[in-house]
Amino acid sequence: MTERLVVSPSPHWKTGKTVPALMLDVVMALMPAVVASVVFFGWKALAIILTSVSSAVISEAVYEKAVKREVTIKDYSAVITGILLAMNMPPGVPLWMPAIGSAFAIVIAKQLFGGLGCNFVNPALAGRAFLMAAWPLHMTRDWLAPGFFGGVDAAASATPLAVLKGASGGALPGIWDMLLGNRAGCLGETSIIAILIGGIYLIWKEVIDPRIPLGFIGTVFVLTWVFGKPGAFFQGNAVYHILSGGLFLGAFFMATDYVTSPVTAKGRLLMGIGCGAITVLIRLWGGYPEGVSYSILLMNLVTPLIDRVVVPRYYGWKGEARKEKAL
Amino acid sequence: MRRSVFYDFIKGFIEENPTFRLVIGMCPTLAVTTSVVNGFWMGVSVIFVLVFANVFVSLLRKVTPDEIRLPVFVILIATPVVIVELVMRAYLPAMYEILGIFVPLIVVNCIIIARAEAFAFKQPVLNSFADGLGIGAGYTLNLILISGIREFLGTGQITVGSFRFPAAPFFEPAAVMLTPPGGFICLGLLMAVLNVLLARRERKAKAQAV
Repeated sequence: MTERLVVSPSPHWKTGKTVPALMLDVVMALMPAVVASVVFFGWKALAIILTSVSSAVISEAVYEKAVKREVTIKDYSAVITGILLAMNMPPGVPLWMPAIGSAFAIVIAKQLFGGLGCNFVNPALAGRAFLMAAWPLHMTRDWLAPGFFGGVDAAASATPLAVLKGASGGALPGIWDMLLGNRAGCLGETSIIAILIGGIYLIWKEVIDPRIPLGFIGTVFVLTWVFGKPGAFFQGNAVYHILSGGLFLGAFFMATDYVTSPVTAKGRLLMGIGCGAITVLIRLWGGYPEGVSYSILLMNLVTPLIDRVVVPRYYGWKGEARKEKAL
Repeated sequence: MRRSVFYDFIKGFIEENPTFRLVIGMCPTLAVTTSVVNGFWMGVSVIFVLVFANVFVSLLRKVTPDEIRLPVFVILIATPVVIVELVMRAYLPAMYEILGIFVPLIVVNCIIIARAEAFAFKQPVLNSFADGLGIGAGYTLNLILISGIREFLGTGQITVGSFRFPAAPFFEPAAVMLTPPGGFICLGLLMAVLNVLLARRERKAKAQAV
């Protein structure tokens, strides 16, 4: 081995954080939501999660073997993609759907663009968008009414967002049920408390930046409060809007993906606000009842632009000089 | 250096494959490839127009002033397009309904103007004829391949007239394959596969040369 001089830009200060350690933190943070999904939707939920995770890990290994790249399944990133995709699926879907969705997410959205760190959109959300476009009926109809451990009612059940939009009848569940997760919805999005536990853990461990989830949820809250009720301002059911759908899951676990979110503090706030605005746009005036996943995908695409706009101030430069430099 | 007429024909399939190597004529490639039958008729129309235009551009290349060659090309291309359009409307009205605007749009299809400008304008008639036939046939095969994959995955079976394969879909068709994103995904993957195969062949050739 010859000694090599490593030339790299600052900062040169290193923390002990490594990719697998960070990823493991995210996996740990997702566990409350995983447990909640199994509690409310029974073993079917566990089967979907396991299928999705194993499909993600196997596709990553097979693809990397096939193109003779280093096999990176031990860094847990494929595991996270698998869990997140499962969390984004209705509990009644057939098991081949998470399998195909995860394979698509890993191979098409992640590996073909160069693997971890090079994907331009969040792989799990790309997988969800693909499934949504490929089998829309399964993705929008296979809801189950929640019950404790296998007490799941097989009858289709309306999600609170569909009820809010007037797309389907039925009564809204109480706030307490919404917080706990006792309502129809995708696997991992129903239990706000479980997601919050994981989210706060990630913020405490400094894995994610609170600006994105706070900006995201805050924007949705304000906009749905102002515009939520047709024909009247400031009367929208904002509390319901932020608690329903995949907002908390998306805000804490998917919009905060390092690879596809801006690197500066200001940029991250912009990312959160942008996601919130697009979500509200889709929820209130768009064709779908839920807009969280598409809003994050869209903001993923403009992340490089955000990074260009909010160039951090050069150390020692002020006002005008900075502007000149930024151009 | 004059290449053989046979080479000018055969190069349209792999080396100068219009869709995957030259990446021209993408608009109809993505738009009409939702079923094999559509792809086939689109391809046949393009073969006819391409051969017709190539032959006439080549015939007139010595008397066409450089300055006005593009208007001349356009007239030479528009003529066979109108023929195709009228014939199709008369004998295949159902297909004309489906292909619709993409038939008249062959006039501005890059493949045809590119072959006129880059090939037929400088080459003898026979070579131009072979080039048009080869590129057109390569294009038709691409359309059939892409539309075959998209139709199979998107509807669960391939339907040609009353022939269906498989007789009934054995999986739940993925509607996305019939939409534009499905077209792009399919095209991108096929292009990647062809690039990998060609790169491998080149490496082998180099290794042998050494």
